[in-house]
Amino acid sequence: MSELVIDVTGIVKKFSGRTVVDRLSLKVRRGEIFGFLGPNGSGKTTFIRMLCGLLTPDAGEGKCLGYNILKDQNIIRRHAGYMTQKFSFYEDLTVRENLDFIARIYDVPDRKKSIIETMEKLNFSSRANQLAGSLSGGWKQRLALAACLLHKPELLLLDEPTAGVDPKARREFWDEVHKLASEENMTVLITTHYMDEAERCTRLAYIAYGKLLAEGTLAEVISSSGLYTWSVSAPQKELPAMIRKLQADKAVLQAAPFGNTLHVSGTDKSATENAIKTVCAGVQELSVEEIESGLEDVFIHLMDKGKDNFQ
Amino acid sequence: MMDLFSFKRFFAVILKEFIQMRRDRMTFAMMAGIPVMQLLLFGYAINSNPKNLPAAVVSADHGTFSRSIIAAMQNSEYFRFSYKVDSAEEAEQLMKEGELQFVVHIPPDFSRQLIRGERPQLLLEADASDPAAVSYAVSAFSSLASTALNRDLKGTLSDLRQNEAPFEPVIHRKFNPEINTQANTVPALMGVILTMTMVFITALAITREKERGTMENLLATPLKPTEVMAGKIVPYIAIGIVQVTLVLLLAEFLFKLHVNGSILLLYFVSIFFIATNLSVGITFSSLAKNQLQAVQMSVFFFLPSIILSGFMFPFRGMPEWAQAIGSVLPLTHYLVIIRGIMLKGNGFAEIQSHFTAILIFFAAVLVLGILRYRRTLD
Ligand SMILES: Nc1ncnc2c1ncn2[C@@H]1O[C@H](COP(=O)(O)OP(=O)(O)OP(=O)(O)O)[C@@H](O)[C@H]1O
Ligand SMILES: [Mg+2]
Repeated sequence: MSELVIDVTGIVKKFSGRTVVDRLSLKVRRGEIFGFLGPNGSGKTTFIRMLCGLLTPDAGEGKCLGYNILKDQNIIRRHAGYMTQKFSFYEDLTVRENLDFIARIYDVPDRKKSIIETMEKLNFSSRANQLAGSLSGGWKQRLALAACLLHKPELLLLDEPTAGVDPKARREFWDEVHKLASEENMTVLITTHYMDEAERCTRLAYIAYGKLLAEGTLAEVISSSGLYTWSVSAPQKELPAMIRKLQADKAVLQAAPFGNTLHVSGTDKSATENAIKTVCAGVQELSVEEIESGLEDVFIHLMDKGKDNFQ
Repeated sequence: MMDLFSFKRFFAVILKEFIQMRRDRMTFAMMAGIPVMQLLLFGYAINSNPKNLPAAVVSADHGTFSRSIIAAMQNSEYFRFSYKVDSAEEAEQLMKEGELQFVVHIPPDFSRQLIRGERPQLLLEADASDPAAVSYAVSAFSSLASTALNRDLKGTLSDLRQNEAPFEPVIHRKFNPEINTQANTVPALMGVILTMTMVFITALAITREKERGTMENLLATPLKPTEVMAGKIVPYIAIGIVQVTLVLLLAEFLFKLHVNGSILLLYFVSIFFIATNLSVGITFSSLAKNQLQAVQMSVFFFLPSIILSGFMFPFRGMPEWAQAIGSVLPLTHYLVIIRGIMLKGNGFAEIQSHFTAILIFFAAVLVLGILRYRRTLD
């Protein structure tokens, strides 16, 4: 059960001297839905491309699906499904023609039947003869997923599959991913910028500036960050001044408005509490309450920390 | 109020265009490279009065007169006697292969008849499939007749210098006796059309995938470079065959030009020529970063092809270096082959060496293309 599908160590990638992925090691077990998170430009896409042989790492080694990522790219390509961040199917082919092309390349057995099944499963049947270029953004993403699934890969590499997709379609997309993981024992590595999606992953990794900053289950990531958060509610007109004062305090790492409340976080518990007390002194209709840090607070914190380490 | 034209906005566009132009080094290089190349090729390689054309003598007479005539022809600079042939058959074969442009036939008893004042005939056979190539040389030959022997005809023979030329120059234009320029141009156009369309079509084939982002997807699949390249070449071979058929039909019905040789051979060679051009395009395509670059590379290939191949100007009339470059290009060989099959009725034996040259070019380009095709995005 705990067979490792991705097991890489010390992966480095440089683009003209600039290190984009920095000694990254990652282990993903079979059947996991592994969330791969990080700010823009942190190297997520680059890392995934190295997993499926689209880029050659400058250093590091490892296995993907049990095959050497440096030597057996061809076999990995056959058993992995990679959904690119940018739509990369033929806009001048119809949905069915696109699927047919991919199915032929992978030599999918029972091609015609597979295509029909795939289209039914993803509700494509009524759009089979529509040009891919004329699909809306969300439907394009679905087509891309359908095409990745045709050859029944053991590992799915999904690069921001839900960017620009509406909430209902996103929900359905994730239901589908969960079904694939549980029913077909597929392993999924998925990148996203949505926190609610991150929470649906079985495990998470967070990278910034190409470095792995946190890894584990949702709870593990939050607790290991050592971040404490308070919710402060105060009258609307007081908030801007309070934010300014809080942000000026060294102990406070984040102070951000959420509607009528402020989320204030810091790693030094007592110092942060003191800062909040000082700022709140004299403010009417106040309520301060400690809450559990959210994934977003943690990630923003990690991002700031990553920057400090980097510079 | 007046918002019809803003110089600020206008300037913003100019600025942006300059920045983009500077970024695209390749385009920049081509902008400079194409005029330079064109100027050099047109300026130096082109010779509308072709000289030093390859000629041979088939002589049954070994007197001093024949030697003087050959020397005079050589001195005229239009003829270069670069081949020693032993028989009329051998000369004929070389002419069919396009190696020889002229053969001078000196009949037996030439000297004796000349001394007797019988004005013997001197036959010049010219490969007239390219009329432009031979016209100057032919008139030079005619005017030479009256002066070539002036030095030899002295003493008692000086009478022979008096009136008409001492021998009668006869010119036999082979392969295209009516000096029909279309006979030369139409088959050649086939090669030019194929070069142009086939290279351009495939030059865009891979760059289009790169630009639209579909390349990333293709690379992530188990597709091999050879599969992608072959898959992109084959459909266009069919288009090329249609073009060949079209040109042949037009040649037949509009210009009354028949294929003297084997049509089957013509198609056979054409398929390889088409595939060669397609692979040139594909290779450009895997080298270029975007479609514009691919088009520019195609132009860069196309220009020397039409200028140095013998299409625009007689091949044998170009300077040595231009002939050397030209003989690498597939169009050069295809022109010789296609003119040979259509006008001279050549068979495989006569076109063999040119066909091999095309195959070598094809193989070299294909290997380069496959090596350059990146299986990664690095
Ligand atoms: N082919 C390339 N050449 C040069 N630099 C590149 C190339 N591809 C990516 N980069 C750089 O590598 C860094 C990481 O890019 P990458 O696309 O992996 O980030 P990402 O985490 O996927 O970001 P996003 O969330 O925006 O998709 C970026 O700074 C990017 O500019
Ligand atoms: Mg990305």
